[in-house]
Amino acid sequence: MGNNDREPQLAQTANNDAFVAFERVQKSYDGETLVVKDLNLSMPKGEFLTMLGPSGSGKTTCLMMLAGFETATHGEIKLDGRQINNIPPHKRGIGMVFQNYALFPHMTVAENLSFPLEVRKIGKSDREGKVKRALDMVQMGDFGGRRPAQLSGGQQQRIALARALVFEPELVLMDEPLGALDKQLREHMQFEITNLAHELGITTVYVTHDQTEALTMSDRVAVFDDGRIQQLAPPDELYESPDNSFVAQFIGENNTLAGTVKEISDDICLVELDDGGLIDAKPVNVSQPGERTTISIRPERVEVDITKLGENAHTLDAEVLEFIYMGDVFRTRLRVAGRDDFIIKTRNSADQRRLKPGEKIKIGWLPRDCRALDAV
Amino acid sequence: MRGPPDHKEQKHTDGDKMSDTTDTGPVLAADGTPLKRSLRRAIRAQKLRALALIAPLLIFVLVTFIAPIADMLFRSVENQIVSNTLPNTVAALDDWDGTGDDLPGQDTFEALYYDMFLAAESKRHTRLGSRLNYEESGISSMFRTSGRKVDDIGEDQIDALEDIDASWEDETFWFNMMSGADDAPKASGILADQRERLAKLNQSGFDGEVGFAPSQEIADLLPRTVRAYTAFALFTAIADEDVVAEEEPWEAVKVALVEDLHSGADLSGYDGAGAEELRAAQSGLADQPAIDYKQAFIDMNEDWGNLDNWKTIKMFAPPFTAGYFLNAVDLQKTPDGVQSRPENEQIYIMLFQRTLFMSLVIMGSCILLGYPVAYLLATLPARSANLLMILVLLPFWTSLLVRTSAWKVMLQQQGVINDTLVWLGLVNDAGRLVMINNQFGTIVAMTHILLPFMILPMYSVMSTIPQTYVRAARSLGATNWTSFWRVYFPQSVPGIGAGSILVFILSIGYYITPEIVGGTTGTFISNRIAYHISSSLNWGLAAALGSILLFAVLILYWAYDKIVGIDNVKLG
Amino acid sequence: MKLTTTLMASTALTVAAVSAHAQDMADSLTLVSWGGAYQESQMKAYVEPYIADNPGVSVTWDESSAEAVAKLRAMDEAGNLTWDLVDVTAADAMRLCDEGLAMEVDHDEILAPAPDGTSASDDFGDMIVSDCFIPQIAYSYTFGYRNDVAEWNGQVPTEICDVFDLETFPGKRSLEKRPHNNMEWALMCDGVARDEIYDALETEEGRNRALAKLDTIKDEVVWWSSGADTPQLLADKEVVFGSTYNGRLFSLIAEQNQPVEMMWDSQAYDIDGWIIPAGLEDDKLARVLDFLYFATDTQRLADQAKYISYGPARKSSAPLVGEHAELGIDMAPHMPTSPENSVNAFVMNFEWWADYRDDLDAKFQSWLAN
Repeated sequence: MGNNDREPQLAQTANNDAFVAFERVQKSYDGETLVVKDLNLSMPKGEFLTMLGPSGSGKTTCLMMLAGFETATHGEIKLDGRQINNIPPHKRGIGMVFQNYALFPHMTVAENLSFPLEVRKIGKSDREGKVKRALDMVQMGDFGGRRPAQLSGGQQQRIALARALVFEPELVLMDEPLGALDKQLREHMQFEITNLAHELGITTVYVTHDQTEALTMSDRVAVFDDGRIQQLAPPDELYESPDNSFVAQFIGENNTLAGTVKEISDDICLVELDDGGLIDAKPVNVSQPGERTTISIRPERVEVDITKLGENAHTLDAEVLEFIYMGDVFRTRLRVAGRDDFIIKTRNSADQRRLKPGEKIKIGWLPRDCRALDAV
Repeated sequence: MRGPPDHKEQKHTDGDKMSDTTDTGPVLAADGTPLKRSLRRAIRAQKLRALALIAPLLIFVLVTFIAPIADMLFRSVENQIVSNTLPNTVAALDDWDGTGDDLPGQDTFEALYYDMFLAAESKRHTRLGSRLNYEESGISSMFRTSGRKVDDIGEDQIDALEDIDASWEDETFWFNMMSGADDAPKASGILADQRERLAKLNQSGFDGEVGFAPSQEIADLLPRTVRAYTAFALFTAIADEDVVAEEEPWEAVKVALVEDLHSGADLSGYDGAGAEELRAAQSGLADQPAIDYKQAFIDMNEDWGNLDNWKTIKMFAPPFTAGYFLNAVDLQKTPDGVQSRPENEQIYIMLFQRTLFMSLVIMGSCILLGYPVAYLLATLPARSANLLMILVLLPFWTSLLVRTSAWKVMLQQQGVINDTLVWLGLVNDAGRLVMINNQFGTIVAMTHILLPFMILPMYSVMSTIPQTYVRAARSLGATNWTSFWRVYFPQSVPGIGAGSILVFILSIGYYITPEIVGGTTGTFISNRIAYHISSSLNWGLAAALGSILLFAVLILYWAYDKIVGIDNVKLG
Repeated sequence: MKLTTTLMASTALTVAAVSAHAQDMADSLTLVSWGGAYQESQMKAYVEPYIADNPGVSVTWDESSAEAVAKLRAMDEAGNLTWDLVDVTAADAMRLCDEGLAMEVDHDEILAPAPDGTSASDDFGDMIVSDCFIPQIAYSYTFGYRNDVAEWNGQVPTEICDVFDLETFPGKRSLEKRPHNNMEWALMCDGVARDEIYDALETEEGRNRALAKLDTIKDEVVWWSSGADTPQLLADKEVVFGSTYNGRLFSLIAEQNQPVEMMWDSQAYDIDGWIIPAGLEDDKLARVLDFLYFATDTQRLADQAKYISYGPARKSSAPLVGEHAELGIDMAPHMPTSPENSVNAFVMNFEWWADYRDDLDAKFQSWLAN
């Protein structure tokens, strides 16, 4: 599923009133430190939003506040315009998929699925129909009579999904649902989950610490760190235009170099690196000369053939330290501006030269690919 | 969308493919031996090592657990004491039908004389008396008094014998006569028989050198005398550790001689040691009256004339008996068949029922009190849970006796609880509650003592139930109660099962606590078992009661397995 | 002829015993007793003096007298005797002797004569109830009552039948949880003459009569099984009246100063003493005999009465009974054997109980439980 499919839908829902909204939400467990600091977030209906961040960044706490298992210390959480801070979890009508599925081990698959319907006092025949449909939906129609322990991880995952959807909630929360699966299965399930979510038009909040998962599945990604949303944007924007150093570092591979702004104009600035080299960058978090900055450049945007850059482009000296053949790409580690961890990626095309360790080269890039961000 | 083949399934099919290769013939290991054999060898070494590791425990369990249980089961039916102590009497009683109104005949009493004499020498007669006294009171003293006086039987005849010739009081004379010439053939069979009989009677090997063997000639001539003298010789040499030739024979030997001579032993062809004296004795004793054994026994103790006592002896003559088990279920074996005991002596069935009932009540109160505690333990943060756990385990660190006595102080009428209730004005001073020396006291004290055995298994099961299940249930729309009852509780059932079995089985066999706080209505069957073990010494009955208790537990365990399923028991 | 052998044998025995005396004596001794104040009195009156005279000897106590018969039987079956000298009641001594688990002894041969030369068997007299039994003390089952019961209006119980009089003496009583003594007391108070009691108990009617009498106070009875129970119950005001060993009551009254008095009427005598387990090794036996000779002499038994109010079993000890070792009270009036206390005493028939305990116990226990 490419970005093209997603964009019209986004544009459409962005204008709607927020379906889920966090307004100035704070959370503290001990009364001394805030786990969630001043969270503001609004989600249109039907959106697939991922909360991404390292552990301890507050993303799971946010999810639990939304589900009702944690109470916000301050601020309001709204669902479909209604404040839900004081509504107990079982009355919120939110479907949830847990990290380890939390399938009830003493019930069969069908009983698991039937459980949310029973507690909603839905009649027996209705229940059976819904359970069957939900099972079919996740391709598990024949497994109704089994116990969870008799199923494989992937199958349990599907049942958990079906159980969260069987009572037709408008909002589904998923707390790292694929964490326990192996890579192949995980990729497959990512695909299934997004498909299902969009097919059924449910609003989904998905928590993960796996950035690939976040990028491939989501309409928008909220990157959490230190109890705050560092950036909330569609995946491509997040990757290509990170707002700050943390996001740049956290999403994808990234090279950083520290320096000072020498000159600045609207869309370009000249940065003097700490070893004296000069390079162009796009100013993002800098406003005036003399400021410290960290420039960020993706490995695949570094150009080794500097003739492709303009006449006056600034370049840097580099020494090849290591060359790694990775099939589709070459990955080369360079020493640049005193740092040994500068990575470049070049496509394995017919005319691409293979660099040798020890070789001295010049590198450069287009100013728009390099972002001058806040100093770390 | 279509799921990829599952990984587990893939592995499974791989395994199938590999197993196909076994069809092609014996597979050889690298050194050429068949793979199966070298595998077996490798596994055997592993098994031996494992066995060596558990060997200490295995031996310990065998010695301290299995063997005593087997011994207990054996004791509950074992009854060899009658035939070991009175073998001749039992054999003679075979011919007595025991249904009429006649006492057994003179020959039975004669057999009883020899049996009783030997038993009294070995001090075994009172044990038999105590054993038979369980079935018929008064037998104990019958045996005790008879044992004391049995050597008086045939006094007159012995005196007459000794008057005829003083040699009959001479130990060397006796020894030479019984041994015969050194090169004469010996009756070693008689020696072996008597040795076996004494070994059974005394419950010991009776091995060792006697320094005596009866001659075959005299054995053919005077069978009773030789048997009695041989028994005397064995007893003297082995039990008393004396020299046979230096001890005067027992009265029983002389009585046996009198009987042998009386019954017309043909001495005409005999010319061995003591031939003269024997002939003189035979003719000299001819005018002596025969010994009336029956009258002699009845004179010693009139109960020997009581038909019921003889019926009891005959009834309990077989080496195994159901008597203890019958007794343990308030029945008794009578000459007219199995009957229930008099109503005011029936106690065991009632005690069994009470034990089961109270154990169930104790188990139930342990569940009710323990469940919330175990739940808290499993859900509280580690620090508070540890503190609570210490409180739960605290009773384990106090002696059982101290805890039970503490309950006494708490519950008695002038005790802490009653004092508090009176002070609060809830009961008046005259109406203090009776909470001890009854079932209530036992239930309270035992619930307290056994509570940790309920809490610990429940806790260890509950601590494996992740909180996410309840969260999942609530997110699916269940209220607090529904998510507890439908999701949490069923998963904690194995812990309840394990705790219940533990508490129930422990309480069914408890005896110190009921003894102290149970009064008369709160005691268990185990209190009676303890009484029979240490006080009345009726070990057979104690063993039968214990066996019944053991089987009751096994049956309940089986029933639990059928109803709940033993797989549903987890200790963690 | 017979006489000569016996003489020869006993001479040989004496020679053996004397030579054993001189050299082969084990220097450890395992004594079995009842624990508590009684064992303490044995310790002070003769074990400590004996050890003082024989410094090499070590004494180990085992407080198992209550289960002595069961344990000796088990030791016999296992063939592993670990006790050297066992303190038991007369009834238990008879059982052990009957079963061959205790050694028969010649009292005159192994025990010291009285200071005036009276032989040991005459000095102990009737107390020697079995050939295996070496008496130490006479004690009794008797009643104690609280003297501060308001409901009694100043009256105090003076005779055994007051136990059954709930109108004059209301309140809980404690009785032993077994038929012994209770059945006899009940028949006594139901009008059966003392010498007919055991005849009556042999019949079904007699037993029912005794139980019927006990039924009249059953609801008010707390049943005890350990000698410490009644003193505790009296001290806690849980009962107003209770039977127990007289020595326990003495310490409750004289040593702990509780408001309790003794009622000696119809006290039931019992005797306690040593038995030597059958089958001791020669060196052990020699040590045991040496100890016994010392521990049962006239002075030692009289000394024991300084520590506990049980009567010495020797007649010759009685005049030597002095004052309590710590309290300085004259002990003689507190002995169950003192003339005024023993006026109406009765002696339990051990042999009768040996025959009938199983029957009566089954009946008594089911009566208790229903």
